[in-house]
Amino acid sequence: MIIKTVVEIKKHKQAYVLMAPYFIIFITFTVLPVTMSLLLSFTNFNMLEPPTWAGWSNYTRMFVQDEVFMLALKNTLLFAAITGPVSYMACFLFAWLINEFPPKLRAVLTLILYVPSISGNTYLIWQLLFASDSYGFANAFLINWGFILEPIQWLQDPRYMLGILIIVQLWLSLGTSFLAFIAGLQNVDRSLYEAGAIDGVRNRWQELWFITLPAMRPQLMFGAVIQISIAFAVAEVSMQLLGFPSVDYAAHTVVTHLVDYGTIRFELGYASAIATVLFSIMLLTNLIIQTLLKKVGD
Amino acid sequence: MKTLKLNAGKRLNRSWGMDIVLFILIGGVASFMALPLVFTISNAFKPIDEIFQFPPKLLVRNPTFKNFTDLINIFSDSWVPFSRYVFNTFFITITGTVGHVILASAAAYPLAKIKFPGRNVLFSIVVLSLMFTSYVTQVPNYMTISWLGLINTHWAIILPAFGMTLGLYLMKQFMEQIPDALLEAAKIDGASEYRIFWQIIMPIVKPAWLTLIIFSLQNLWTSGSVKFIYSEQLKTVDYVFGQVGAGGLVRTGPMSAVALLMLTVPVTVFIVTQSNIIQTMSTSGLKE
Repeated sequence: MIIKTVVEIKKHKQAYVLMAPYFIIFITFTVLPVTMSLLLSFTNFNMLEPPTWAGWSNYTRMFVQDEVFMLALKNTLLFAAITGPVSYMACFLFAWLINEFPPKLRAVLTLILYVPSISGNTYLIWQLLFASDSYGFANAFLINWGFILEPIQWLQDPRYMLGILIIVQLWLSLGTSFLAFIAGLQNVDRSLYEAGAIDGVRNRWQELWFITLPAMRPQLMFGAVIQISIAFAVAEVSMQLLGFPSVDYAAHTVVTHLVDYGTIRFELGYASAIATVLFSIMLLTNLIIQTLLKKVGD
Repeated sequence: MKTLKLNAGKRLNRSWGMDIVLFILIGGVASFMALPLVFTISNAFKPIDEIFQFPPKLLVRNPTFKNFTDLINIFSDSWVPFSRYVFNTFFITITGTVGHVILASAAAYPLAKIKFPGRNVLFSIVVLSLMFTSYVTQVPNYMTISWLGLINTHWAIILPAFGMTLGLYLMKQFMEQIPDALLEAAKIDGASEYRIFWQIIMPIVKPAWLTLIIFSLQNLWTSGSVKFIYSEQLKTVDYVFGQVGAGGLVRTGPMSAVALLMLTVPVTVFIVTQSNIIQTMSTSGLKE
């Protein structure tokens, strides 16, 4: 058995040589850090002294003592529960809708919908839209129409911050999965619809559930993986737009908490524990969603 | 009820009412999505009095290039020439992208087409790592990069970008659809795997390269150099542009110009490569 494997490995020597450069880098910057993070989460480590064993204390501290973490967790879960499903469905809905347009118009609409997710540094525009003085678009609009008299401090008022974060994140959300869905839809075999029509599929909703969705299951799975990791890892928008730390931690998320302990306080053991918890939540959500998606079209 | 003609000429059942509702919906959303972009473009050409006009207007009335010339003036005063930042950004983006495309393709070919021991395990790890973001690995990554002595070099950003997971994944999925017969013919003619990869596979997967290019470029173009690079001479455009905003109200004009400039490169590349990207993404699916 072992000899057979060794012979096989030797036979495919070229395959390993081709893969080596990528996988050395992939292991160094992805696999190794995840493993290290897992191990470090059981230690106290400040980067100056060697790590000391801490057992489960980082985890108990996180769930029992750290109120800010609980707030961050609550924000993240709330945020993911809203933006995850909404952005996932939006990706599919828009891909599905623009699929019926003629190719030229479809390309233009794809561009308009996709551009926000590649535009990168767009915080500036949102900062102007939600500026706290009366020159901000949102305030100017509301004052002009008589809804409010005084400008609202959109980006500093804890009541609005999470909502703004959700809006901006949704605006950014038609990305990779959106493209995968557009491509998936274009590849659905047209004759299936014809066959469906003969079998009694009467409207577009039945067509969607019985034909389109099952045919696109691989893309739907891929899209779910991507959207889940985006929904749970929100941080950039929060830090750039709402400040870091945000007022009253109103827009604090698990990742901003991680950044706080990892790169500012240098409590790397604790930061690693936060990362491990985040990773577990993502993995678990993925497993649940993948199981649910297998039921599509049944 | 009416019947709608599809591209392929097949007729489907459609109701007028729903068509109208759906199209209004998509029109509305498309304009909402486009709004901040229209605003970015128009703001960059607004003279200072229009930027601070109350109530603010979406579109520019007296377009001017003053914001751009102001931006140039700001940088002509700084002690590191602006061209240096541009060079840094292009160096990081181009080296990172080229390296990623070549390394990811080389690794994707055996995963897609050669049945070697360990292939399923490797691919499972790749799929698993699609499921979390780089934030999880941020802390240990900093340590690794400092152990490797890469702090304060561009390689701290470039090397990790070589190993982006999404690129390998998309490339592997795309290569799977290449017919085996083609590769077998080459093998019978005595071509080595390296030669098959470089001379047969690589030309065929051009759409996938272009897709990897846009994703890698997107990732690197705005990769802030803040975390790993301390030396001012090695910083990127994204970083210095961020600094423009720190100048307060006076800098609002140039900042609008900055926002537009940063948008142009990724958007242009996307427009040029769009059809190839869609073609690649059609094979992106995750099988059960």
